[in-house]
Amino acid sequence: MSEVFVQLQSIYKSYWRDSLEIPVLYNINLNIAEGEFLALMGPSGSGKTTLLNLIAGIDKPSQGEVIVNGQHIDGLSENALARWRSQNIGFIFQFYNLMPVLNAFENVELPLLLTKMNKKERRQHVETALSIVGLSDRMKHYPNQLSGGQEQRVAIARAIVTDPNLILADEPTGDLDKQSEEEIMNLLSRLNGEFNKTIIMVTHDPRAAEKAHIIRHLDKGELYD
Amino acid sequence: MKFLKLIRRNTTRHFLRTSLTILGLAIAVMAFVIIRTSIDAWYSGARASSPNRLVVTNKISLVFSLPIAYKEKIAKIKGITGITYAQWFGGIYVDAKNFFPQFAVDKDTYFDLYPEFLIPPQQKEAFMKERNAVIVGRKLADRFGWSVGDPIRLTGSVFPGQWDFVIRGIYTGAKETTDEATWFMRYDYLDERMKKETPQRAGQVGSFILRIDDPSKAAEISKKVDNLFKNSLAETKTQTEEAFQLSFVSMAGSIVEGLRIISILVIGIILLVLANTMAMTARERISEYAVMKTLGFRSIHILGLIFGESVFIAAVGGVCGIIITYPIKILVGTALSNFFPMFKVDILTVILGLGASLLVGLLAAIFPALKAIKTPIVDGLRIIE
Repeated sequence: MSEVFVQLQSIYKSYWRDSLEIPVLYNINLNIAEGEFLALMGPSGSGKTTLLNLIAGIDKPSQGEVIVNGQHIDGLSENALARWRSQNIGFIFQFYNLMPVLNAFENVELPLLLTKMNKKERRQHVETALSIVGLSDRMKHYPNQLSGGQEQRVAIARAIVTDPNLILADEPTGDLDKQSEEEIMNLLSRLNGEFNKTIIMVTHDPRAAEKAHIIRHLDKGELYD
Repeated sequence: MKFLKLIRRNTTRHFLRTSLTILGLAIAVMAFVIIRTSIDAWYSGARASSPNRLVVTNKISLVFSLPIAYKEKIAKIKGITGITYAQWFGGIYVDAKNFFPQFAVDKDTYFDLYPEFLIPPQQKEAFMKERNAVIVGRKLADRFGWSVGDPIRLTGSVFPGQWDFVIRGIYTGAKETTDEATWFMRYDYLDERMKKETPQRAGQVGSFILRIDDPSKAAEISKKVDNLFKNSLAETKTQTEEAFQLSFVSMAGSIVEGLRIISILVIGIILLVLANTMAMTARERISEYAVMKTLGFRSIHILGLIFGESVFIAAVGGVCGIIITYPIKILVGTALSNFFPMFKVDILTVILGLGASLLVGLLAAIFPALKAIKTPIVDGLRIIE
């Protein structure tokens, strides 16, 4: 737990709307150890999701460096970033974002299509991931045949199926009822405790944040303890 | 191959929209193939022509005749191995709408120069014996239900009066491109009556047909023929049979050109239909593409999905279009059989139709695909939120 896994150095991020610069993050410095479970909290518009996107390599900082597992990702090309994400990141969205035309099995299999695994190997990985999230009996169900909690569990299975070290979750319980929220948070805790996944979770729900080891707050683009 | 399932599922996601798009594509491809086939039909006569046949007509116009006496002079030119003549008859069978081409021909020589008209020997013999005998093509006989031995009366339009004939032969074509819808009567039957009723029209023919020993000498022989009658009352124009046939097409040049433009416009319509569908599709899925990119899918994968779906729809539409073309071709071919004895969908036209639909599939996907890969992931994900 002592190795620094994610390192943000002097991050500044702003967006441009026409000629108007809108700063989002100011001088963010953050070190996250391997196997850590960090919750990023803060009000809407505080920059939580932007910070998560920078760590995921789906957005780039205006200034500063993002280093994940020793790799400077802020300088990588789009294609190199895509490859890097497929090998290192598992992403969980607030609204699950499953492909409606694919069933649970096929949704979880999706990231594996980018690997060199054959069909049999992919099947084994998908079945393992779905069994971890407790949905082995829902493999053939399509997203519209699943509850919100089940959809998010499929999304978690999709995030872990490639066995990434880093899992990024953006408001993973934001669209769920209390019981489903509990299930999802227990699952994330298990991934962290049992499988040693480093997890960074954005949330504004204090109950969800309780499961994390560390809670950091963002407010108006600045990071607080 | 791993992504085919996703392409297939995406294609059927909006079943009604995809079905209507495919239907639109199919109708457009069918229209394209039928129009191109119509254009081909204009040229079918030229395609069926022989390279070793020349046609001699009056230099002023086809409607003016030539003296039959020219035959002997022309035949003496070196390189000509056969000569015959024909006269357009232009009779009406029952009703003017029952149009079909009718020629009064020299019974002794005409069919020697046209070996592609296959006539049973005994029928040809009967044709030789009887002055008002006619030989008709198989398609023409089928069209009116005629059989050998049937008496037929035509009302002359070019040569007035009632004309009685007896069908003594039915010919078939040696090649697929041979016209089987023409009526051949004996020239001597026509000429005999002309001598009695309008002597100034007797001994006149519409054209001479020459067989030459070497097609490469066609220009040289043509010149010799035309020089022979230079400054006469009826100067000649000699050309290859193909050029003669093409001169008919050029008379309808504007129509053919119009058809060509319409066929290209049809392709444009297909493009608009599919481009609209693909634009809607890509716009709806911007967030899904963003999710896929987050998972590690690269631009090449997204391009593959969009182009794959577009080409798949275009291909299905193209194949459906070709399938419905054949029954439509029969209907159109029957309706236009008076004008186009040969109305056949050429394999090249089919390939062109399918190729055009696939090309349209590629073109229609360009802008949606560019939009999908150029939209930043963060912007794509924001659409959900």
